[in-house]
Parts: sequence; C-alpha cells; structure tokens
Amino acid sequence: MKTARFSIYRYDPDKDAKPYMQDYEVELSPTDVKLLDVIVKLKAMDDTLSFRRSCREGICGSDAMNINGKNGLACVTNVADLKQPIELRPLPGLPVIRDLIVDMTQFFKQYHSIKPYVINDTPPPERERLQSPEDREELDGLYECILCACCSTSCPSFWWNPDKFVGPAGLLAAYRFIADTRDLATNERLDNLEDPYRLFRCHTIMNCVDVCPKGLNPTKAIGKIKDLMVKRAV
Amino acid sequence: MTIPVRRFDAVIVGGGGAGLRAALQLSESGLKTAVLSKVFPTRSHTVAAQGGISASLGNVQEDRWEWHMFDTVKGSDWLGDQDAIEFMCRKAPEAVIELEHFGMPFDRLENGKIYQRPFGGHTQNEGEAPVQRACAAADRTGHAMLHTLYQRNVRANTQFFIEWMALDLIRDEDGDVVGVTALEMETGEVYNFHAKGVLFATGGAGRIYAASTNAFINTGDGLGMSVRAGIPLEDMEFWQFHPTGVAGAGVLITEGVRGEGGILLNANGERFMERYAPNLKDLAPRDFVARSMEQEVLEGRGCGPNKDHVLLKLDHLGPDIIKQRLPGIREIAIKFAGVDPIKEPIPVIPTCHYMMGGIPTNYRGEVVIPKGDNPEARVNGFYAAGECACASVHGANRLGTNSLLDLVVFGKSAGDSMVEFIKNEMPTWKPLPANAGQISLDRIARLDNQTGGEEVADVRAAMQRTVQARAAVFRNSENLALGVKEIQEVAERVKRTQIKDKSKVFNTARVEALELENLIEVAVATLISADARKESRGAHAHADFQQRDDEVWMKHTLYYGEDRRLTYKPVHTKPLSVEYIAPKVRTF
Repeated sequence: MKTARFSIYRYDPDKDAKPYMQDYEVELSPTDVKLLDVIVKLKAMDDTLSFRRSCREGICGSDAMNINGKNGLACVTNVADLKQPIELRPLPGLPVIRDLIVDMTQFFKQYHSIKPYVINDTPPPERERLQSPEDREELDGLYECILCACCSTSCPSFWWNPDKFVGPAGLLAAYRFIADTRDLATNERLDNLEDPYRLFRCHTIMNCVDVCPKGLNPTKAIGKIKDLMVKRAV
Repeated sequence: MTIPVRRFDAVIVGGGGAGLRAALQLSESGLKTAVLSKVFPTRSHTVAAQGGISASLGNVQEDRWEWHMFDTVKGSDWLGDQDAIEFMCRKAPEAVIELEHFGMPFDRLENGKIYQRPFGGHTQNEGEAPVQRACAAADRTGHAMLHTLYQRNVRANTQFFIEWMALDLIRDEDGDVVGVTALEMETGEVYNFHAKGVLFATGGAGRIYAASTNAFINTGDGLGMSVRAGIPLEDMEFWQFHPTGVAGAGVLITEGVRGEGGILLNANGERFMERYAPNLKDLAPRDFVARSMEQEVLEGRGCGPNKDHVLLKLDHLGPDIIKQRLPGIREIAIKFAGVDPIKEPIPVIPTCHYMMGGIPTNYRGEVVIPKGDNPEARVNGFYAAGECACASVHGANRLGTNSLLDLVVFGKSAGDSMVEFIKNEMPTWKPLPANAGQISLDRIARLDNQTGGEEVADVRAAMQRTVQARAAVFRNSENLALGVKEIQEVAERVKRTQIKDKSKVFNTARVEALELENLIEVAVATLISADARKESRGAHAHADFQQRDDEVWMKHTLYYGEDRRLTYKPVHTKPLSVEYIAPKVRTF
C-alpha cells in the first residue's frame, strides 16, 4: 500500500452550517503504521483537522473515534488492516464539539455517578489493608479501563438514554469497586443502581465487548451486578 | 481589551500525579482551588508509567529508607540534593501506604501485602545486591495510580477546568506570582486566573526529541511559562534515555521486565551487561545501561539488518509470569514491535524518556531562585512539583520508580506548603498587574495575524532533529557547539510559525503552535546547558571530558531565557538528619 484514502467527518461550528465528509489522500511512508501516525500526517497537511491524542500507545484513551463504522483507538489500529477509503467519524451518540472531538460530559457524569472510589470508613491501619492475591485477581479485567468511551458510545441503550443509563464503562467501574474486598459499600452501590434505567437498560447486545481496545468485558461485569441484585432480593 | 478574571485561593496547573496529589491537600484544607489541565486528568502522562513506585516497605526482603537514599544519591551521580532525597525516601513508605488506602489496586504477595519487584539501581545495603523495592500494579502502575488519584479527587469534589491550557505565568512588580493566564480550548476564550498561590505540575518535555517515549502532550508548558516570566531552569542538560524503548516506535517497555528477570542480548546472543556491570548486570541504573547498549551498537554488535538495536529477551520467564506480571508490555510488544515476547525477544533502543532538570524548587515544593547573595530565595506564591520541577532528587540520573514516588511525595509537600502560605501569609489577594495576560494575548494575536510564516509541524521537526542529533546519549564538544548554533536558528523560526486554522472552537493547530513556543525554550536551555558542562556525570556523557569532576562541576546549572545565560548554584550536601553521603566512583 502506497497511499491511504480517507473520508473524514468535518464540522466547525464557527464556520460550518452543518457537518460534511471530506476526502483526503496521503502517501504512506514505512513509519506510518498506525492510524494515528497517518492522521497526524494529515494534520500537518491540513492543520484545521481536529482530534484528540496523547500517549499514542493505547493507555490514555484520548483518540477514540469511529473507524469504518466501529469504535476504536486510532493509535493501536493498523492502517494496513483498514478498508479504503477509511471513514472516520466522531464517537456516536455524544454531541460533537468539532470534527472528531466529542463532548464527553455525559459520559463522565455517568462514571462519577457510581462513586468511583473505594468507600471504607473504618480507620485505616498503619500499614496496607491486606488483600489476598486471589481477591486482588477479582479486579483484573475491571481496573484497566482507560475511559476512552468506545464501549458506551457503541451501546444503543446508552444512545437512547445517556442521561439515565450508566452505560458499560460506568457499570464496569461500579463492579470494580463492588469486587474490591477493601470496599464496604456494596449495598449502597446496589441501591444506587436499582432502577429501571441505570443498570437494567443493558440488553446484553455486547457491542461494548466487541469494541473495547483493552479487551475488557463490561457485559460480564454487568451480569455479575445483576446476579448480586437477585441474590440480595432472595 | 480586558481579560475576564476568575479568582481562586490556589490554582494548580496540570492534572497528572503531582497535580492531583497536591489538589487533595488543597481540597481538604477548604481553600478554593482550581485544577487546570489541557487534557482530561486520566489522560495525563503519569498514566503511561509501568513498572512501579519505590518504597522501602520491606515486604519481600529487608529494606531501609537509608538504603533507598544511598541508591538515589549514587543514581543521581551526586548531583541530587541530599536533603530532598532524604525527605523523599523517608516519606516513601507512608506515601505508598496512603495510595493503597486510597484504593490503588496493587498486586499482592501471598500474605496479602503489596507485591514488590526489583528495579534498576535499587539495592540492599549500599550496592550489595538488588532489592525488591518497586511496589507494582502489574505493569500498569502509573495507570492504577493516576486513576486512583483522580477518583479520590472526585470524592473530594475538586474543581477541574478540563481542556484549559495555561499560557503564561502572571508575576507582579515584586516578582511574586499572582496568577496564570489560560485558554479555554473549547471556546478559544482567554481568562486570567487570579490566585494567592500557583502550583505548576505540568510534567515533562520529552517531545523536544525526535524519538521519545513521551506523549504528544509532554511539551514543557510549565517550563516555557517559567522562562518567559524570568524564572531560570535548573540542570536542563540531564535527560534520561530509557534503555528499552521499542526500536522504531519509541514506545516504552518497562525496566520491570528486567526486574522480573528479562535480559539484554547483543547480536552474538551475549548477555553483555555482565561485562559492564558485573554486580547488578541488567539492573544497573538507566544511564549506565543505555550507554552500554549504545556501545554495543557502536562496536558493531547491534541486532537486525541495520545492526541498530539490541534484544530484550524474556521468554525464559514463562507465559504465566509474563501474563500475570507483564501483560501490558506483552500487549505493547505485539502491537508496536510485532513480536509476542512469550516466544520472541523485543527489539529495543535507548529512547528519550525523562527530564531530570526543571523549575528549581526546594523539598517543600517552593520555587527558589537566586536573589542577591541567596542562591535560593523563595518566589512568593509559586510552587512546582513532579517532572516539571527540579527539587532536585534525581540529579544527573533518575532511578526507575522514583518518578511516581516524586509525584506523590512532592505533590503532597507542595500542597502543604501552599496551604500554609495562603493561610498564614496571604489574608487577601495581591492585585493583578495592569497588563496581566497581555503577553498571552500578544502570542495569540501574532499567530492569528502571521502571514508568510512556516508550518508548525516543519519547525517542530527541525527542532526535534537538532536535539536528537546534538544532545544524545553520547555527547562531544563539536556536536554540542553545533547544536547551540542550530537550535538558536530554529528558535528564530519558531517566532514566525503560521497556522491556517483561525477558528475559535477547539483550535488544536493553535494549541500546537503555543506548545512549540514552550518546547523551544526547553530545547535551547538543554543545548546551552549541556554545551557548558565540561565533564561526564549521570546522563551527560561527554566524549571530550569523560570523568566526573566534583571539584569544578558538582553544582547545579541555572539557565535564564531572557539573555540565554547560565549561572550555577551549589548542590545540597547536608541531608535533614543523616550523615552526608560523600562522592565515590560509580560502578555497579
């Protein structure tokens, strides 16, 4: 592959009445491996093209976007694997600020709503709170979330009810704290989710699992919260 | 044009580990505090730290903070300030325990205590043998720490200004810091933040190099702002090259790989570190390992078709250890090097990673600059912590895992100092100067009106090529002199950069142009400081002056941007409570 062709969603509210798709073509050099490498190159050609990026290694969660119809991180996506023209759009379901930059206020509001911190009001010991390796292992697959929002913005339930449904990222975080032996607020956390929308709008469509760039499984975590709800009710 | 003003007791610039830890001190004190960050806090570069945070918890083997202090002083090649180093190493155990209490998901030992792994330069009993001092959350320790600190700030109701880029420091006619000017990226509006105290926690500037493990956002904003406000920068010649960046991609592979038993091999399949560091071998400090690797390549024992890298072998650890302790680097190796380390070694080269220098502070996080006879007079209202600050605990070479420790220890310490200052010395705000923010408006207006200038990307690339070529692992007089000349030419080009994007809304072209104005200050400071230091110490390896010269050069460099001049100040040789650790020959 010598060149890459793109069709990219453009919108600058300062000058555009409405969004449009813009075509680009760029020559690839051997160092242009990841999608992010190439759109950084595009930006050097057209500095108005706007997107977020930072670590370029899949750990900061900045450069989530919709790539050929599927959410992902540009920095860990191989450009050679993509069908051309490569269609780039902002993450679906959130207001667009400009081009590929979305307003993530709603996403973070839901994350904050699950109280994403260990709740334990017992006086802390002088040393660490002990936790067995097995108990610690319960957090694997949960704590690694990078808050990129690929999952929540691929979830139809989140599209319809972003203000009411916590969404896969927030619920994964909720279970991360429920599963932590150091956290003593499981009941309060379940109360917080016992609602027709906050948890139960998940219909196990599993788009979240399909798109998570870190290979996490929010649906499984949501299932575990539902199990706990059932157990508690019996 | 009047600039709108927002008023707070304290303003923190930067939402990484240091900024977030400081924010907790300020939120708890009840002071009205704003945290400005140009990215959402969990996107700060602390998130990319992998291997661990050091503390002499002694969970696996006997350990003492005095040993940690010795290792850090020796690691710094005796350029670190021994009071600050003692402070950090003594505080380390409580800082890590506190993170655990905050909910950080550390790995655990069978007895339920925090898991610790060996790391480069960390030893038992002053160099006898490697010690397990690095407290780890798999190989995602920075991610676990940053998210935990952010979460704790959610609990504390910290007020964040997210995607606000600080542009310039505001000092009044007494030289006191009374605020900062910032750009709201979403709207393009500029505000003055009027404050009794300002803390810079703006992180590193590794993007002055062409190949760096650093994120795009590591553009030295705090350093650029300081230089423009007449604050000198300390020890800018000292840049750490991490031994194991993925060859070609620059992405970091943690030293924790070697901590877990990984080894470096040359083209002959030889474990060459045994020759250079017979005792610590692959776990010698980073400057030492990086030079050894470069030496192997220079002598023709590099690997690959171009003989330009070495190999990091870890398949002998077995799939279980790799999957359990090093899952993140496996992911990185597969994605960025195209190899699965369970089966194949990872091609690696020394890659720019960390800035030992920065804004001069004491161990209380107070910014200190020469004034009259006092080499370290406090700048009222100005604080710095983390990578942007030079306390100086890392001296000429930082030990792995000491940076995460630096963030929480000095973030907290700087926060405490600010609270004390604001409550005891600042009953009210000093007035903003009449021209507050004008320099920022002028910078933006220049970009808006510039025609016939050069592209930001081109000038940035020229800067990166220059620094990469002239201030590398091995340096020499000729190269450094050329570098000083070339980088000042690039600095002239930075004054004429041009952007086509004139939008007010989330104008990332403007942000990149403003960032380049910060980067170039760091790059010029680096080359001028490096050119002047006629010795080899830590990360500054000078071919024409191969020995460390304590007689003449055991002193900190201070670079002033306005006339690009240097002065020097003494290293602190008096620890807080223990005996001075006198310089020795540095072998491992």
